[in-house]
Amino acid sequence: MIDITQAEPVVHADAGGKPPIELIGGPPIGAATIEARDACAWFGDRLVLEDVNLVMPAGHVTALIGPSGCGKSTFIRMLNRMHELVPSAALSGEVLLDGADIYERGMRAQDVRMRVGMVFQKPNPFPAMSIRDNVLAGLKLARIKCKDKDGLVEQSLVRASLWREVRDRLDSPGGALSGGQQQRLCIARSLAVHPNVLLMDEPCSALDPTSTGRVEETIAELRGQVTVVIVTHNMQQAHRVSDACAFFLAAENEPGRVVEQGPTQKLFSAPDDPRTLAYVEGRFG
Amino acid sequence: MTSVRDATSVDPGHAAASDTNGTVSGVTRTGPRPERVPVRPRELTGTDIVTIIGCFASALSLSWLVFTVLTGGIGWLGFGLATFVVFLVLVFVVTAETMGVTAATDRVATAVVVSAAVLLLVPLVWLVGYVIVKGLPGLTAHFFFEDQRGVTPILPSTAGGGSHAIVGTLQQVGLALVWALPLGVLAAVFLNESRSRWRRPVRIFVDAMSGLPSVIAGLFIFAVLILPYAKQIKVFSYNGFMASLALAMMMLPTITRTVEVVLRLVPDGLREASLAMGSSRARTVWSVVLPTARTGITTAVVLGVARAVGETAPLLFTAFGADLMNSNPFNGPQESLPLFVYRNIRKPDPSAISRGFTGALVLMMLVIGLFALARYIGRDRSGRKNKRRRKELLPTLGDQPSIGSEHS
Repeated sequence: MIDITQAEPVVHADAGGKPPIELIGGPPIGAATIEARDACAWFGDRLVLEDVNLVMPAGHVTALIGPSGCGKSTFIRMLNRMHELVPSAALSGEVLLDGADIYERGMRAQDVRMRVGMVFQKPNPFPAMSIRDNVLAGLKLARIKCKDKDGLVEQSLVRASLWREVRDRLDSPGGALSGGQQQRLCIARSLAVHPNVLLMDEPCSALDPTSTGRVEETIAELRGQVTVVIVTHNMQQAHRVSDACAFFLAAENEPGRVVEQGPTQKLFSAPDDPRTLAYVEGRFG
Repeated sequence: MTSVRDATSVDPGHAAASDTNGTVSGVTRTGPRPERVPVRPRELTGTDIVTIIGCFASALSLSWLVFTVLTGGIGWLGFGLATFVVFLVLVFVVTAETMGVTAATDRVATAVVVSAAVLLLVPLVWLVGYVIVKGLPGLTAHFFFEDQRGVTPILPSTAGGGSHAIVGTLQQVGLALVWALPLGVLAAVFLNESRSRWRRPVRIFVDAMSGLPSVIAGLFIFAVLILPYAKQIKVFSYNGFMASLALAMMMLPTITRTVEVVLRLVPDGLREASLAMGSSRARTVWSVVLPTARTGITTAVVLGVARAVGETAPLLFTAFGADLMNSNPFNGPQESLPLFVYRNIRKPDPSAISRGFTGALVLMMLVIGLFALARYIGRDRSGRKNKRRRKELLPTLGDQPSIGSEHS
């Protein structure tokens, strides 16, 4: 296994000037390394993802790029056991979260998902809850306790760079925000339970360029605090936000594979594989 | 004629369309305005209305001439049909003469559709009007506060009242709701949130149950609980509680299907978001899915109540009916509004029949009130609130507004 990053990220232990608000019953503090070994995925009898070996180091931002239908989303959903929620889905291989296989017997899917948060393509704040309740929803849903709820709301919204826009109307419904704000609210909601890893499945594909910019700033600020894995179709975005990249590709009627992985700079400037070069230069896909 | 400025404020599309001078509407001009007439091609003018009335009068006269004066008559139904057909032909001919065949076809089609709508309303208005006319004379304030104590056949219909029936209906339907709502919501959650292979059979059973004749529900409670156990256990005899069990059987399918439909409307993204934060499936349903479907569930409750409140047959062998106030649903026969109607209308004396119609009127008002309540609760309050908020937000943020508009 090769570590795909050379540069050590700058770790902000006290991002935002304050230590993270203490949670009781939440995940362990800090970013975690997540690693896939020989990961394969099926839908029914169809193999859609084959032999993915990928290390996403703690505190780094890893971008998964590649054309549609090459298994990026399936792969990211394997990392927090959301893949198994699809009725016909099957998988093999290992996913190690700080060295422990999340698919091991006795590992609870709920605990894994608490440690590995997820932001979806479509902003999905809970419409029946206020902004504040949306941020705190994770506590209620995952049965985590927190003494300083107001502090947690503020800290999470600050980390998602939404605090200044909503601090005067925390009790208005989450659905009343704009699309970009809703997506940052979803990020704040995921961050409130202090996950070790944050998965983002095309978080900006439903947003306009301004909102996309805000979300990217948020990702940049999360670097070092949380391991971020982001699926994106936007080459420039992958280039801007990520430390390392993995290029997924599926030939016709074949499962998706990782064609090339490595530091973002190298992948975009001097890739080893001609297909990667073609893709990052926008010649296909 | 309306000035251009008026026309623009009423219908900008037409103002722009009728702007034949080649200028863009909205541009301020200093010179005198040319007179322009906005046209709405599909609007009925005064002439059209006179034509239609004339056609109808001619059709009526012609039918009368042919079927009443010249021949022996064909009955009122045949007369009406003949008049209608002649009317359509006349409308077609007259309109085709002045405006062409296309407009004439359009007019005839419109006439047919409007007539069908009116025809559909006739029985409804008739039914409601009949009950109101028959029931209104007996409807006094006494009806809501007195029972049938001391009422004899020779007294007028305003004597006594139906308060015992109203209390009985409220108690029985309320209790039925207490049994049916948790079961119905649980069944709907099972049908929509679980992955069991028993969902299909359960759904078929629920569908079959919604077609269950209501008399069978009453008969079932009578045969299974009252008949064998009435002697040993006091609560298993004729009373409001037994009636509520029978009514709950009628409500259950309605509530289950309605709640299932609203649960299906909850986006899967919310379930995924909840699960992705480490929530269990049960917690996701309880904390995310059900609160999101809250208004829909309220609507289901009101629809279930409205379904049960008018049922008579399940009460015949369960609540049994009584003339006096019995406010304890667990002991002794109890009246309810449908039973009150049923029992009074069968009596021979006119005042009792009139009293029955008053009961029917009150029952109808109750059902209409419940449906109005359902519409009121079920209306999209959040959407309206958001729209208002959006308007406030837009100028300051310049961001794309929320909910539904940004997706798809």
